[in-house]
Amino acid sequence: MTSEIQPKIAVRNLNFFYGGYRALKDINLDILGGKVTAFIGPSGCGKSTLLRTFNRMYNLYPKQRAEGEILLNNQNILNDGVDLNMLRAKVGMVFQKPTPFPMSIYDNIAFGVNLYEKLSRAEMDDRIEWALQKAALWNEAKDKLKQSGLGLSGGQQQRLCIARAIAVKPEVLLLDEPTSALDPISTAHIEELVHELKKDYTIAIVTHNMQQAARVSDYTAYMYLGEMVEVGETDAIFTAPKMRATEDYITGKFG
Amino acid sequence: MDLYFRRRLTNYASVVLSSAAMAFGLFWLFWILFVLFKNGFAGLAISLFTQTTPAPGSTGGLANAILGSLQMTIMGTLIGTPVGIMAGIYLAEFGDDNWLASSTRFINDILLSAPSIVVGLFVYEIYVVHIGHFSGWAGALALAILVVPVVLRTTENMLRLVPHTMREAAYALGAPQWKTVLWVTLRAAKAGVVTGIILAVARIVGETAPLLFTALNNQFYSNMNQPMANLPVVIFQFAMSPYEDWHTLAWAGSLLIGFFVLGLNVLARVLVHTKQQS
Repeated sequence: MTSEIQPKIAVRNLNFFYGGYRALKDINLDILGGKVTAFIGPSGCGKSTLLRTFNRMYNLYPKQRAEGEILLNNQNILNDGVDLNMLRAKVGMVFQKPTPFPMSIYDNIAFGVNLYEKLSRAEMDDRIEWALQKAALWNEAKDKLKQSGLGLSGGQQQRLCIARAIAVKPEVLLLDEPTSALDPISTAHIEELVHELKKDYTIAIVTHNMQQAARVSDYTAYMYLGEMVEVGETDAIFTAPKMRATEDYITGKFG
Repeated sequence: MDLYFRRRLTNYASVVLSSAAMAFGLFWLFWILFVLFKNGFAGLAISLFTQTTPAPGSTGGLANAILGSLQMTIMGTLIGTPVGIMAGIYLAEFGDDNWLASSTRFINDILLSAPSIVVGLFVYEIYVVHIGHFSGWAGALALAILVVPVVLRTTENMLRLVPHTMREAAYALGAPQWKTVLWVTLRAAKAGVVTGIILAVARIVGETAPLLFTALNNQFYSNMNQPMANLPVVIFQFAMSPYEDWHTLAWAGSLLIGFFVLGLNVLARVLVHTKQQS
């Protein structure tokens, strides 16, 4: 009996350019569904750039372009005809700095949902409670849903952003250094959350923090100077990396 | 030691010079306010707000001029603000480096510093001449033209201050650009945009030159299709007159405008301040 695991996202010969500068070089990678894949590497190695190709965030900037293939559910999302809004409904993103919109906690979450669904008031209430529960923010926020999202603490704001992203019910969640602006306790909250969320979502997380990669991820990809140096199960990468460069980086000899 | 002494001396000299510059500015401001108060206070009476501008020899107030100024300022703001906001949105969100945006920005800079009497003449030529008489609408139109560049500039600047991550966050949810602008960036810049509108109102409420060619003046209450009384032109005419009681009215009117503009500026300050705190 052969069971071939279908990757959720398959990157094939991906090259990425900022104007004339080639920031990603022939990247090949499979991201498996229901798993957490961490991207590590020194600053400027292209890990955030790679993440931002998965929802084509780079399209906001005319001088940036990608070549190659990124297959999401076997569909190449780099094709010209792809509806970016529908793509981003399937692939949610959370940024380095918390980015609550200047509106109430309730409206922050409703904003994204309203883009795709027409819900009654009661359904919307349920959806917002569900998303806040999932993001482990419900207990802290349930009494102040009408208050501005900007009034929350940094860690709470970041969980609000996660709630906002999952309220749309995406299939993939991209986390771009989601804890680098947070204190250790908020970081721990977010990491627990990642553990919970991977039951329902495919997660790709960029992090500067190797311990974090080791704690939260199933697979780890080490990148350097725009190249994918090594990808493998997190345990293997951190205990027995195949490449010397990877070992140097994770043991702190370099980077 | 010698170097240290020289640095202290330079520091001391700069503090003295900048304090002197500030004192110089404040001196005139307070002198103006003081003179306004001293001469205008005597004229403050209920009749100022209930009676119309008097004929020579009779008593009266400024009611028609105050009302006219309010009407034209409000209409001018209502006409000019949407144009300014929409153009500002275009420049900040849609026109990064195309020729239309850069020429709009250039023309707006010129308009921002254009002498207001030129705007008055322009409206006279394209509007007043064609309908054949001065009117409140012509005045409102001239004021609207002065509102546009101020609102446009502040709207663009305030939108550019919104962190780019905020826009990215909205796009990352799959929001189309117009929804992102309307519901996220414009909202984030709201306090700044409102401040710009207030400053624009403060600018036009005391404008005299553009009204001389457009609304002119009226001794009575009037509708927007007739020549319309307004505080700046009434002040101008009454101050030039030989009658003592007209002078009193002119001072009272100056006091009203002066403190209204001061109040608007304070309000704008408060808005910016509360925004920075949140």
